[in-house]
Amino acid sequence: MRDASPAKTYALHIGVIALLFVLNFVLPDYHQGLFARIMALAVFAMGYNLLFGYVGLLSLGHAMFFSAGLYGAGLTVYHLGWGVPEAFLAGVACGALLALAVGLLALRTSGVAFMIVTMMFAQVFYLLILYFAAWTGGDQGLVIQQAARVVSIGGASLDLTNPTVRYMSALALFSVVLLITLAIVRSRFGRVLVAIRENEERTKMLGYDTVANKLAAVVASGAICAASGAAYALLFGYVGSSFAGVQYSILPLLWVLLGGAATTLGPLVGTLFMYYVTDITSGFTSAYLLIVGVALILLVLFFPKGILGSIRERWLRWLP
Amino acid sequence: MADKNGFFDLSKTTLTRRTALKGIAAGAGLALAPGFVRYSQAQSSAPIKIGFQSHRTGIGAAYGRWYEKTSAAAVKAINDAGGIGGRPVELVIEDDGTDPARGAEVVAKFAKQHKTDIVFGTLFSHVVIGSAPAAGENKIPYFVVSEGHHVASTKLNRYVFQPGITDVKSQIQSMAPWIAANAGKKVTQIFPDFAFGYDHRDYLPPALKAHGADVIAQIAIPPTESSFTKYFPQIPAETEVIYHVMVGPAVLTFVKELGEFYGSQRPQLFGFMDSLEATDINSPGLEFLDGSHFWEGSPRYAQANDSAAQKAYRAAVGIDDNGAAVGDPKDVSTASHMFGCWETLYVVKKAMEDAGYKGPEDRAKLVEATEALKEFAEGPEHPQGAKTFNGKIHQCFGIQNISKVEGGKLKVVHKTKIEDGLYEAEGDYTTQAL
Repeated sequence: MRDASPAKTYALHIGVIALLFVLNFVLPDYHQGLFARIMALAVFAMGYNLLFGYVGLLSLGHAMFFSAGLYGAGLTVYHLGWGVPEAFLAGVACGALLALAVGLLALRTSGVAFMIVTMMFAQVFYLLILYFAAWTGGDQGLVIQQAARVVSIGGASLDLTNPTVRYMSALALFSVVLLITLAIVRSRFGRVLVAIRENEERTKMLGYDTVANKLAAVVASGAICAASGAAYALLFGYVGSSFAGVQYSILPLLWVLLGGAATTLGPLVGTLFMYYVTDITSGFTSAYLLIVGVALILLVLFFPKGILGSIRERWLRWLP
Repeated sequence: MADKNGFFDLSKTTLTRRTALKGIAAGAGLALAPGFVRYSQAQSSAPIKIGFQSHRTGIGAAYGRWYEKTSAAAVKAINDAGGIGGRPVELVIEDDGTDPARGAEVVAKFAKQHKTDIVFGTLFSHVVIGSAPAAGENKIPYFVVSEGHHVASTKLNRYVFQPGITDVKSQIQSMAPWIAANAGKKVTQIFPDFAFGYDHRDYLPPALKAHGADVIAQIAIPPTESSFTKYFPQIPAETEVIYHVMVGPAVLTFVKELGEFYGSQRPQLFGFMDSLEATDINSPGLEFLDGSHFWEGSPRYAQANDSAAQKAYRAAVGIDDNGAAVGDPKDVSTASHMFGCWETLYVVKKAMEDAGYKGPEDRAKLVEATEALKEFAEGPEHPQGAKTFNGKIHQCFGIQNISKVEGGKLKVVHKTKIEDGLYEAEGDYTTQAL
């Protein structure tokens, strides 16, 4: 980032988006579907990265933001019969509001306490989903029927269950969030966030309101994660409490660490890597999680800053 | 920029990648060749590929292992008898980690990568519900062995079937007449505070009411609970029957603490075998269950009056008279559920043969042929008992067993009738487009 022209940076990102666009026409059917899932979940990782990578706040509760979007979109479709665009916006709004409320309380802490507080909030959210099982479907979850997952724009209708439409929808969301993230990172706000990560006291001394900036980052992160959850519900048609469990708070952390924290493309790389390691190894052995674990250890040993983080450190210092 | 020790040497990496690519290309060629040679000659001799969505890891692993054993035994029996429509059957297994998100991916993998003819074998409800949209979108018939009411509720889609095991609503309804007539009229329910428990919470009271008995208290226990003593004072003193359906590792503690609470003076106990699947009934702490009754799908212990079909099924799957793996008495089976895999595969065989199924292009015909099935006679293909099938709700109905714990074994004391478990259809899948 230090010595790169904006053109070079934007060219790289547009290039990645273009590559993903082309892949839609090249990938075999199964991988086309898997990539749609990976792009939707990479958005989750990007939301997490904004807070973890750039502000240095390690949350163990981001599953609540993802599932706020998942349920915000899913329940409005299921119970209120809302259309896809409205439901998506409802999901994002739920995530942003929840992030605002949680941020106001959790940002009174930092470090390990922040991890614990966010984890507790996420656990409360998870148990609320189970408690209100009559509406949420509890631990079994709900199916969003195919007929409800059609977007009508003017006279045309887009069926989100169609593999190409789904892929392109996931790509559109991914692209928008990627470019937003890039814009944030390159903006004055983004630099303040990095400054907070590097030395909060000094940033405060320079006259910045660090709490307000951190809160804005939490809300932006929560909204992005919720967008991912909302998209997941609408694209794949299932809303379930397992997405609110601890596992889904750990996963984005892993994806980001693997791909490279504080790199804009790292979340995509990490999500892609984890998905494919799991998918390929599970074909050979039921102990695939062991292999995933070994792969993670090797990565941490040889790429301590994640894949893109290490590449940036060693070769491409301009990577944002 | 290369690493000092050469680990990140780009030239070496390039060479290795090229070699690796050559290797992969050669390997792929070899892997594809035999199949191509064998099946290009006669498509009709290609195997029917059944994608088995298995809970190999995660919370359902004990079930997954026995579901695989039973399915493998059924496939062997089917193949030994000539396969399906003269074609051999092949199971393609993928682990879903008992996770709904992975479950959906696995269904897509079967449909698009393995190109299996159907997907089969899922037990856990949340995995079935999470995977159902993928089955519908890929238009691949999805035969589950889950016992959940979700299929029959008609809230999934036209590609999801449950023809080999009855659903929990039907099971609960079938138990009510016997409980009211033999165990007692005042029933207290203790159940886990999640979906499995809610089925019992919602379906038992009206079923008992219809037979002159009442649920006088319902005690929901949070899934995170590990000690239960504090809940027992909530059991009304006039309780004649405790109806318990706790599941998971805390069951042993639950029974032990219930025993300590009541001592020798206890009400009648009635439970569902889901609590103790894959668990030895003689485990320490379970002595309190002696003399109590359980629902069983298919009896774990061999019974004196077992049919020849039941005996043959047990021998084929490899379970001994105590319901454990032959040669390993500690490896207790999931007998109440796994028979559903055996029976479902025979339903698939029947439906495929009725449909004249040739390949994935006939999947819609297979759906319609399955919906057209009406009943399955008791016999080698359906050793658990006769069943009827409602094609509108994609659900079978069958007999249930009520067994008593006696001398460390479960003895079947009552078999319900199919009619006991019938209920009004809640919808109709056949109105959905294929």
